[in-house]
Amino acid sequence: MTGPILEGKNIVRDYHIRGGMFGAARTIHAVKGVSFKVDKGRTLAIVGESGCGKSTLARIITLIDAATAGELFIEGRKVDISKGGLTPEMRRKVQIVFQNPYGSLNPRQKIGDVLGEPLLINTTRTAEDRRELAMAMLKKVGLGHEHYNRYPHMFSGGQRQRIAIARALMLNPSLLVLDEPVSALDLSVQAQVLNLLADLQDEFGLTYVFISHDLSVVRYIADDVMVMYFGEAVEYGSRDAVFSDPQHSYTRTLFAATPRADVDSIRARLARKNAA
Amino acid sequence: MPLLEIQNLIVEFQTASGPFRAVDGVSLSIDQREVLAIVGESGSGKSVSMLAVMGLLPWSAKVSADRMTFAGRNLLSLSVADRRRMVGKDMAMIFQEPMASLNPCFTVGFQIEEVLKVHLGLDRKARRARAIELLKLVGIPQPEDRLGHFPHQMSGGQCQRVMIAIALACNPKLLIADEPTTALDVTIQKQILDLLMRLQAEHGMALIMITHNMGVVAETADRVIVQYKGRKMEEADVLSLFENPKSDYTRALLSALPENATGDRLPTISDFMTDGGFRGAAQ
Repeated sequence: MTGPILEGKNIVRDYHIRGGMFGAARTIHAVKGVSFKVDKGRTLAIVGESGCGKSTLARIITLIDAATAGELFIEGRKVDISKGGLTPEMRRKVQIVFQNPYGSLNPRQKIGDVLGEPLLINTTRTAEDRRELAMAMLKKVGLGHEHYNRYPHMFSGGQRQRIAIARALMLNPSLLVLDEPVSALDLSVQAQVLNLLADLQDEFGLTYVFISHDLSVVRYIADDVMVMYFGEAVEYGSRDAVFSDPQHSYTRTLFAATPRADVDSIRARLARKNAA
Repeated sequence: MPLLEIQNLIVEFQTASGPFRAVDGVSLSIDQREVLAIVGESGSGKSVSMLAVMGLLPWSAKVSADRMTFAGRNLLSLSVADRRRMVGKDMAMIFQEPMASLNPCFTVGFQIEEVLKVHLGLDRKARRARAIELLKLVGIPQPEDRLGHFPHQMSGGQCQRVMIAIALACNPKLLIADEPTTALDVTIQKQILDLLMRLQAEHGMALIMITHNMGVVAETADRVIVQYKGRKMEEADVLSLFENPKSDYTRALLSALPENATGDRLPTISDFMTDGGFRGAAQ
């Protein structure tokens, strides 16, 4: 395979809000012409604050929503789900992990069924096969066979996120969209899940689109970084370039706002406080 | 004399499978004008111990302590009526979810004025004037118009500012902030932290910051208490905590920060555990 796994050209998404009793119709431009490219085995991080369009973009990349305009290529093939729908084959290639593992798992579905369902829908594998694959996947994400028959409420937040990752990997996707996968987790659990993601990327040659608002996580995991602000990509480049020399004023604001936990900045703060 | 002093606080919840000890022998004290951060992960008992101080725990919780005093008054023997007079006036608390802590059915003006009416007995005109003053204090533009707005008409950051305004309404001696910025964007988080620190300095309040974010600790605290599974693992001033952490758990927390990462993998908590637990440094 040569060429990028994922490429977006000038992606636009508008939401039309119908006028009703209380207001006129209006159009919200959620994503305003964003272009990007991710190579196999690499990680693109999309950073921005709430309402900047990063989750809308995630839905477009995951083939949940269609873009209003622009072109999306996955493994070099143009995909447009607004015409012709989505084949199971395309669905297999892109999967998503959502932010809140408490909301993204059905509380009445056993873990085994959670993991088997993507196979049931998209493949013709037998029940026996599905069970075996689900068991194997539980092992891969650091859970055990004994978890197969349990319900989501019996797991901690970190374990649930592992289950959500396992479900996304059941179809052997080449592209995984991670929508704030660690922001609901504790610091130590966050470290475990980030390690897991790194291991899985090495093992399966996965390509990640990692959506986050936490710059320290992005700096750790990303190869390329895109900063979004009000639907536009205001900054796009390699991680080192973006972090060492941010071009856009919003990126600089974002860096300045991130709390710093190093000894020098604590010293500086205490000195300021004592001087005041 | 410290403003708030707690010795050997124990909080137990009655559950179907017997009592569960959420806080196990925590002692702490905070002086006037001091900023104390309590750090820990979910389940470390950091919120529960402060809810015990506020008297906000549900009936299923059993609170005991050798000593629990606030401004010279014994919180353990305080009557319900006396505590109601104290909570919201001398000590106030703000919570993690600003949208959820405000009542969606009432305007923010009503909710601010309610505190002023109950605790200070101000008349209608004085309440309105003070509410406007408070909204100005927490940096909400056009406070006169904002009084008539409902929480859903405001952003998360604005709602948190309103919560802070309510907490500050009676000039409390102690403000407890329970994860005040966890639900907010980084840029808004910065604004709220700056606001809290400015108000703390101006009003000379004591401030307890409950958080799991080491960055927030580094940016705000004078002194830090680290909790794990209901126990205090370490207590130190902020600089020595980051420079020279004494307990294994603190070291584990600090090295799990992605910005401190060296190499490909992040160290996890289990890398630091001995015999499935931590050697308690401060016990």
